[in-house]
Amino acid sequence: MPKPHLALIVALLAAFGVQYFSDRFDPYYLDVLTGIGINVILAVSLNLVNGYTGQFSLGHAGFMSVGAYLSAAVTLFLGPKLFGEDGGTTLQQSGLFLAALMAGGLSAAFAGLLVGVPSLRLKGDYLALVTLGFGEIIRVVFQNVEVLGGALGMNGIPPYTTIFWVLAFVAITVFVVTCLVHSTYGRGFLATRDDEIASEAVGLNTTRYKIVAFVIGAFFAGIAGGLYGHFKLTITPTGFDFTKSIEIVVMVILGGMGNTLGVILAAILLTLLPEVLRPIAEYRMVLYSFLLIVLMLARPQGLFNFKLRKGKA
Amino acid sequence: MSEFLQQLLNGLSLGAIYALIALGYTMVYGVLRFINFAHSDVFMVGSFIGYYMGRLVPHETLWGGLVVLAVAMIGCAILGMTIERLAYRRLRGSPTLNVLITAIGVSLLLEYSGQIFFGAAPRNFPSIFPVRNFEVAGIIVGSNQLIVIAVSVVLMIVLQFIVYRTKIGTAMRAVSLNPKAATLMGVNNDVVISFTFGLGSALAAAGGILYALNYPSIDPLMGVMPGLKAFVAAILGGIGNIPGAALGGLILGTVETFVNGSQWSTYKDAIAFAILIIILLFRPAGLLGRFTVEKV
Repeated sequence: MPKPHLALIVALLAAFGVQYFSDRFDPYYLDVLTGIGINVILAVSLNLVNGYTGQFSLGHAGFMSVGAYLSAAVTLFLGPKLFGEDGGTTLQQSGLFLAALMAGGLSAAFAGLLVGVPSLRLKGDYLALVTLGFGEIIRVVFQNVEVLGGALGMNGIPPYTTIFWVLAFVAITVFVVTCLVHSTYGRGFLATRDDEIASEAVGLNTTRYKIVAFVIGAFFAGIAGGLYGHFKLTITPTGFDFTKSIEIVVMVILGGMGNTLGVILAAILLTLLPEVLRPIAEYRMVLYSFLLIVLMLARPQGLFNFKLRKGKA
Repeated sequence: MSEFLQQLLNGLSLGAIYALIALGYTMVYGVLRFINFAHSDVFMVGSFIGYYMGRLVPHETLWGGLVVLAVAMIGCAILGMTIERLAYRRLRGSPTLNVLITAIGVSLLLEYSGQIFFGAAPRNFPSIFPVRNFEVAGIIVGSNQLIVIAVSVVLMIVLQFIVYRTKIGTAMRAVSLNPKAATLMGVNNDVVISFTFGLGSALAAAGGILYALNYPSIDPLMGVMPGLKAFVAAILGGIGNIPGAALGGLILGTVETFVNGSQWSTYKDAIAFAILIIILLFRPAGLLGRFTVEKV
């Protein structure tokens, strides 16, 4: 993409613009847009791991929950101490929220490092299962930590997530992932995906590439978790079980692995689909899963992947 | 000591159920090299067939229970073969990820249509087998536990017989070893794979009914956790390895029961995954699996 920095600045300004005029939108549409934004961050960050680096991770919701819990803990426990009961000025709140998101992202990244270092030695199905296992372990641990609400989860999180933050972080995530993959260093991710043995033979440290991808993916999942927590205002451990991970993986696969634009479109579509199907209430998840199977059978390369596949030997 | 033996017995009967489900995973993995996520929902359908059949036959009779078991096994075998025919066959030879996502789709479809068809509220599973409790050397032995263990052992012996002593079993092993070579030797892969799905699903149905006997509250999402744990059991024993799946199931069930009885009981769902991670890190091929070297 030409001039990615310019595109980022334009996107951030656009986010600010949407925030400025947000009063004029229907709150329902703003909520849907927030949901879409969070899912886009999750899907694009997972795409770095699953799509570009070719490592099948099923534990993205686990990292999301780490980010959600840690950032909620920061705003809930530090907020009143720093700014008193009235909550401080808007600017103070924004600063705290940014710090909370960073804390959430960094702790998720650290969790990603802890999970990634041992498990990325494995391949394919096995890696998928180990990441799934770690995701479930993270959930069970949160269920048992009393300070963080135990099985009931955390309530009364301040509503700091605004449309500006969501859109801004969507822009930053897309920017980082796109620039990283198209950089000289980033070619290593693609090489690791295309042929691990060949990459090792030419001297690439594939393990390091996998871990870097995993940690960056986890970082943005943590950010998305923080945004999610301050948007829903209440988080429970069961909200981050492996069905959530699967939902994100489905977005990546439908978008066409390793195709950022496609993944964004898929995330938008799959967030809108349950909303559009709302009138048929209980049948919507049946239809959703049915569509998933049909799409996989009809367009295995991904719904939005229009590049011609070269025949594999 | 008697408490230890009691827990061991409980663990073994839970482990036998995990083993039955794990066998289905491992056989499908053996012939197709993919994780059949929908297997845990076939398990769920099995116990629901048992629930409805259980209302038709007289309760607490041995023959009634066996009829229920047989009907559920046949029903799920047909279901498993249908799933394979409609969803997986077309994807044969495509990347693992696509098949995996399709399997997840089938799993979600079964769960959500189950919620509409059977209703989302938990139901009470009827006691289809006679219930008695014996006391042997200070430990209480429930007749349900004995039935679970007996049925599992019989089914595993039958399975062992099918796989090693029959023509179709030989074909299954051939396909699992090398599908292309098996075709060249005149094995009809489609038939073998279909049969494998049928067999695995029948075992899952048996597992579903036995599980419901011991934990008599069934709902459309009941398969998720036992399914995941059974898969862990399959990996623990070495995926694709039939005795391994049985061993893995027994170990997992026993460990989980002991954890459940200790002060760490709230962590019981995590323990299976912890075992999974440890085994994959130190012995990725599983306890009884064989290592294969990747060739370029």
